[in-house]
Amino acid sequence: MWIALVLLAVLLTLPLWASAYILGVLTVACYFGVFAMSWDLLFGFANEVNFGPTFLIGTGAYTAGLLNAHGVPMWVCLIAGAAGALVGGVVLAVPALRLTGPYFGLTTLVAVLLLQQFIIIFAGTTGGEIGLTMNDILSMDATTNYWYALTFMAVSGAILLTLSRSPVGLILQASGQDRIGAAALGFNVVKHKLAAFCVSAVFSGLAGAMLVFYLGTASVGTVVDVAVGVQVIIAAVLGGRRTIVGAAIGAIFLILAGELLRPLGQLSTFVVSAVALVVILFFVDGLMGLLGRRREES
Amino acid sequence: MLAVQILVDGFAISALYGLGAVGFTLMFGVSGVLNLSHGATMVVAAVTAWVVAGQHAGSPWLAALAGTGAGVATAFATYFLVVRPIQRSRSVPAAEKEIFVLTGTLLWGIMIQEAVAYFYTDNPKTVQPLIAGVMQIGGVRTPINELLIAVICWTVIGLLWLLVNRTKAGKVLLAASINPRALTILGFELSRVYLLVWTIYGVLAGIAGVLLATFLGASSAQASQLTASAFSIVVLGGLGSVTGSLFAAYVVGYLETLTAYLISPAYRTVPALVLVVLVVYFRPHGLLGRR
Repeated sequence: MWIALVLLAVLLTLPLWASAYILGVLTVACYFGVFAMSWDLLFGFANEVNFGPTFLIGTGAYTAGLLNAHGVPMWVCLIAGAAGALVGGVVLAVPALRLTGPYFGLTTLVAVLLLQQFIIIFAGTTGGEIGLTMNDILSMDATTNYWYALTFMAVSGAILLTLSRSPVGLILQASGQDRIGAAALGFNVVKHKLAAFCVSAVFSGLAGAMLVFYLGTASVGTVVDVAVGVQVIIAAVLGGRRTIVGAAIGAIFLILAGELLRPLGQLSTFVVSAVALVVILFFVDGLMGLLGRRREES
Repeated sequence: MLAVQILVDGFAISALYGLGAVGFTLMFGVSGVLNLSHGATMVVAAVTAWVVAGQHAGSPWLAALAGTGAGVATAFATYFLVVRPIQRSRSVPAAEKEIFVLTGTLLWGIMIQEAVAYFYTDNPKTVQPLIAGVMQIGGVRTPINELLIAVICWTVIGLLWLLVNRTKAGKVLLAASINPRALTILGFELSRVYLLVWTIYGVLAGIAGVLLATFLGASSAQASQLTASAFSIVVLGGLGSVTGSLFAAYVVGYLETLTAYLISPAYRTVPALVLVVLVVYFRPHGLLGRR
């Protein structure tokens, strides 16, 4: 917990001495942090491996983007984006609640592929692979954007963390680790998992919508591609599953590492994946585990 | 004429899909591993064949052999460097091993993909057809290579069937897919079973990769798409069922070919994906699945 506060303190002071470039990188990192934290809620707690977090992110982003292209004001678009992602989350949850393990993972992967194909095929409306240009953007100023992103991440993080440590979070963990046992104790597993999906969807979708309003464009490559989803998963696992905070740390680490390694060009993805693999093999509890924090375990 | 063309093209591509899917489902059925670096393995085989054929002026058959060997080597690397350490790890809780293996193979696949792209770029690589020339079938000019692909795929699948059903090693494999614990009680070494299944997997993926290079060309950028295709086919047919995968491969292959010819090549992948979604909603264990 204190790690999160320390990190937050550091991040708060950044605009005082960091360049616009660094602020820009960290802005994206903050949104990525929310993606990762939402994923961790679903995976770390409800024990559902979502291979397609970008389904929720992309749905939120494109809903907001498409509405904005028709002149709807930005704030309405953001809410609509979150709502769109919520619908997407429910759609994804329905098979999930009947499937286990690999079947569910497959469904999520297929969902992302379908969304991608859908967007590419209807390129006339959605801008296809080139992307959709947003009519509004959050702000032109790097510092203002940074504050938006940081506040969003901090608030989302606080909500998700509180949720994870609440009785609801404990019930989710129980449902995830031993479905039958939890049901036998009288908890409505289905209702709680559905709730987990909805929460994850809302935050992912909202973050996705905010991200595209920050970037100024919505494209398949930034919010829908499986590769982006994989990065979200890597971020969460790297940071430490089941900690929420770890996911945010992992995301920031990953984005920063990506930038630092940019001179390596193509090899940067290789190096990042290799590091993540090493973490999975040897440091199972991720960065949070390294920092001495045991993951939430009941 | 169009009908015959669709029939022939569809048959060849389905056979290719089938070979890839069979390896994938066998791996899951016997060792419980969903190898997400499947596409990358195929790409390595394809690129190796291309390297041997092009840069070392080898014959297409030598290139094919080299490619298959590379497939096996990659499979072993995946097993010994990624899968086995996770399966034997003491810090990963047993319930999460599957997920870690999944993520591990995913990352490994990305590493392979990027490494190949770094050394050889991600331009599509093709290999000369093993047998050049065309042939007339029902009035349609078909490259002999296409027929050869179908023949090779089915021969390999036939050999696999013989292996599993007629040899002792194969029967042990089958037993391991049904009840590994009972097998160990009977005195069989599971580690040797796993070694066997990874070898078979490497051969299957290697051949599929080489054939893909001779038919459509392969590039490192396709690695995830190849894995996703194999994944979808296997889900459709039922995870762990070889017959199911073959059947599903043909369904998907023909759906794709029909869509490409009758509607548009751009929409090729859509019907298959929709079908997968429907199957997952209404019959999650696939058409012929048992797990």
